[in-house]
Amino acid sequence: MPQEREKQMEETVKLLGTKGSPLSHRAEVALRLKEVKFEFLNEDLAHKSDMLLRYNPIHKKVPVLVHGEKPIAESLIVIEYVDEAFEGYNILPRDPYERAMARFWARFIDEKVIPAFWMSCWTDGETQKGFIAQSKETLTTLQRQLEGKRFFGGDSIGLVDLAGCMIAFWFAVLQEVAGINLLNEEDYPVLCRWAEDYCRVGAVSESLLDRNLLVAHFASKKERIFATKAPVYD
Amino acid sequence: MASEKGVTLLDFWVSPFGQRARIALAEKGVHYEYKEQNLAEKSDLLLKSNPVYKKIPVLIHDGKPVCESLIIVQYIDEVWSDKSPLLPSDPYQKAQARFWADFVDKKVFDCGTRLWKLKGEEQEAAKKEMIEILQLLEAQLGDKKYFGGDTFGYVDVAFIPFNNWFYSYETLGNFSIEAVAPTLVEWVERCKERESVAKTIYDPKKVYEFVGYLQKKFGVA
Repeated sequence: MPQEREKQMEETVKLLGTKGSPLSHRAEVALRLKEVKFEFLNEDLAHKSDMLLRYNPIHKKVPVLVHGEKPIAESLIVIEYVDEAFEGYNILPRDPYERAMARFWARFIDEKVIPAFWMSCWTDGETQKGFIAQSKETLTTLQRQLEGKRFFGGDSIGLVDLAGCMIAFWFAVLQEVAGINLLNEEDYPVLCRWAEDYCRVGAVSESLLDRNLLVAHFASKKERIFATKAPVYD
Repeated sequence: MASEKGVTLLDFWVSPFGQRARIALAEKGVHYEYKEQNLAEKSDLLLKSNPVYKKIPVLIHDGKPVCESLIIVQYIDEVWSDKSPLLPSDPYQKAQARFWADFVDKKVFDCGTRLWKLKGEEQEAAKKEMIEILQLLEAQLGDKKYFGGDTFGYVDVAFIPFNNWFYSYETLGNFSIEAVAPTLVEWVERCKERESVAKTIYDPKKVYEFVGYLQKKFGVA
């Protein structure tokens, strides 16, 4: 076994995350795809641990991957790190142009798809109508990227699929709690089919929280989220 | 567009995001065609190349467009990998570089925009935030020559274009960057000695004029 690989395997891997957080989920799936042994340390975001504050002093958020003593923060950066530091499964494509496309769509999900959908859930009246229109546009644009493919990554899941995890699992939960019907099979058949396929992947299903628990969690926080528009995972 | 060989950059002179691409291309010695865009009347080429955001910069390489400045810089680094690597080869160092470039992306431009767009208490709050941001970046630089260490790299490329805007931030916010982050100013001077940066620098006073135009446009001045 090459020396580097041996050294890697000796260093412990910890993931500071929160069960139920889609960002945390992204990092978890990446580690499982690479078959990396890791310790999941669940963070109570209402009472952040000293470890979290020490390892991510800038943003104080999960997920944070700690490899040996080296912390890596920001979920998409964590995914790329895991892809590069560990052998095995290719999470990002190898071709530079395909990599650029994957990064573009992952960013589109973070900057456009998720915020529009989130705000559609937690606003009302004319404001909500505006966000719903925006959300529909972004979902349509994203769905087009799946044309002829099983996953965004092709035959197997990749960066964009992981980035889209919130769409695949959390969106249905959120819209149920919020009482809207945005992402449905009639309007987005391809995206919904992808969502089911994504959730069935082994590394993914192992990293998902029980759906009922998630619904109960958001239902209990509904008023608070409506008021602040901020995600609440505590 | 499809089978055209070569490199084209769709850009707008004052954009710090466009400058990132220009600096990266210059570092790699890539020959390219620069196409200044009229953002008030977007060209067919821009709309076709970036239908999602309709923004610059867009790098078109052999007919294929790449959008979003940091994605462009990483693409340039990976394609022209034989010269002047911008990202470190070590995965952890790479992750750190990505983190800080992402930090610049999330914080500097947005806060700077608030500095020129807002007045009164809100402007004051933006100024305080900008000082905090600059001091955090200065702390990250430490006593290194560049953000990546001894060699000019990804975070330097991500952040140095904002130096053209420092004069505007200082004048509008009424503070001195040198007073709050002196090491950062030294780093700026060091970067300006590089040909890739010197070639893309715009007179800060010209940028300030442009900000004035933006303020009038948004009814701020």
